[in-house]
Amino acid sequence: MKTKKLDGFMKGVFFVSALTSVLAIILICIFIFAGGVPFILDYGLSEFLFGQKWSPSNTPASFGILPMIMGSLAVTFGAIIVGVPIGILTSIFMAEFCPVWLHKILKPAVNLMAAIPSIVYGFFALQAIVPIMRQFVGGTGMNMLTAIILLGIMILPTIIGLSESSIRAVPRSYYTGSMALGATHERSVMRVVVPAAKSGIVSSVILGIGRAIGETMAVVLIAGNQPIMPESLTLGVRTLTTNIVLEMAYASGEHREALIATAVVLFVFILIINGTFLIIKKKGAK
Amino acid sequence: MMASKLTRGFIYLAAAITFGSLFYVVGFILIKGIPYLNLDMFAWKYTTDNVSLMPSLITTLIVVGMTLVIATPIGVFTGFYLVEYAKKGNKVVGIVRIATDTLAAVPSIVYGLFGMLFFVTFLNFQYSVLAGVLTSVIMVLPLIIRSTEEALLAVNDSLREASFALGAGKLRTIFRVILPVSMPGILSGVILASGRVVGETAALLYTLGSSTNLPDSLFSSGRTLALHMYVLSSEGMHVNESYATGVILIVVVLMINGLSTFLSNRLTKGTK
Repeated sequence: MKTKKLDGFMKGVFFVSALTSVLAIILICIFIFAGGVPFILDYGLSEFLFGQKWSPSNTPASFGILPMIMGSLAVTFGAIIVGVPIGILTSIFMAEFCPVWLHKILKPAVNLMAAIPSIVYGFFALQAIVPIMRQFVGGTGMNMLTAIILLGIMILPTIIGLSESSIRAVPRSYYTGSMALGATHERSVMRVVVPAAKSGIVSSVILGIGRAIGETMAVVLIAGNQPIMPESLTLGVRTLTTNIVLEMAYASGEHREALIATAVVLFVFILIINGTFLIIKKKGAK
Repeated sequence: MMASKLTRGFIYLAAAITFGSLFYVVGFILIKGIPYLNLDMFAWKYTTDNVSLMPSLITTLIVVGMTLVIATPIGVFTGFYLVEYAKKGNKVVGIVRIATDTLAAVPSIVYGLFGMLFFVTFLNFQYSVLAGVLTSVIMVLPLIIRSTEEALLAVNDSLREASFALGAGKLRTIFRVILPVSMPGILSGVILASGRVVGETAALLYTLGSSTNLPDSLFSSGRTLALHMYVLSSEGMHVNESYATGVILIVVVLMINGLSTFLSNRLTKGTK
């Protein structure tokens, strides 16, 4: 009888634990939205989203975050252009072209790449990429291109990890069938195996987009951070994330609310990206 | 034939770029940083002269340790519920999955802002170890839940059936049979979670704060190694010390990853 009671009690404990993450996401939504939405309504949604001027210390202050929205989108788009082809091709290499002994070294290497703290990436870019940019492009070297290159590198492990496992999950008969029809190894892999892994590869790209748009500490060190519309690769850029981290330390009143509202916009972006990811994952599972 | 060679060429080139950049990042930091590692940096107290990283190193250990102590039981118990108790098609499971997937996608800066609004301001913890730890707990929960789920699902059902057949209850089966078998997988997730906390900056900047002192209570501020490196590199006054801190961070991450890989290899061996 005693164990029965304990069983029931522990089941309750497990259930409550399971609800912790639900509670956490609800609390996050409530506090971020409650902190930012009143400001957005007060200031005007379209003025906030489409205003091109961010000058919190002017009187009257203006809080248009279009430059940061466009900055985030431009930098993320650039990172995708740089990172996706390299990442997918590397995952094909890992799954189909690399000898077993080499894979034993490269797999932990990809994991290490994913685990290196963003601040280390940022500092590396500040010391290694920025001086090169300064030399070839001029200016301070802190510009959109620097941020794009760095983010392109940073999303690689995300893309490689998931793409590789989805390529490996393709039934081997696809490959052998194609080989039996006389196709070369390369053709079999590229035309038969990789297309069959499409949904996993697309999910990996979406995760990469999420990582790039959410990255903060690496970007803040190297992107220049001017709140201007991104017009050229060689000019500075400010993203939604860096806008928050740069000014939160000293912001107060309306300015502070505007920064929380920036997080609301970022959060909505992430929810959309994550929703897309979940839908694709569900379709892939069917 | 030409096309095949070209394809192969591109694939090799991409792999070379990927691993070349990793090698470049790690090599660059190590080569520039190792010469600046000296005893001064490990002095007990931080001063503007020695820019010691010792207080940050200890704070990192404290924050990681406390985060794991709180997050591990919650995460593992969630895994138990999802895999061992919930019936197929259970609505709660669906909701918990969506919640964990969403938590996993939330950017660290949003965690940081939430921690600041909720723990620091609303609960009035101020910039403190407690606020930093609780923010980190939420952040690593999805990692621990997911690895626990995977480890539990990998356990062969025949073990469960054998245990039930011998008359053991559900709870006994979980703790005496399933948990020991799935331990390496769960541990490897917990270790990865510690890596995430070690590398975290954006979520801790406005919760843990960035005080250079060693925190003397749950309610005092401090800084972890990654935060230390961020403050140093954004001030730009102590470039050499930033490199050296980067070396320590990379070494810590390497050890954490090595341990996690070792454990998950043991898991795959154990279940086959």
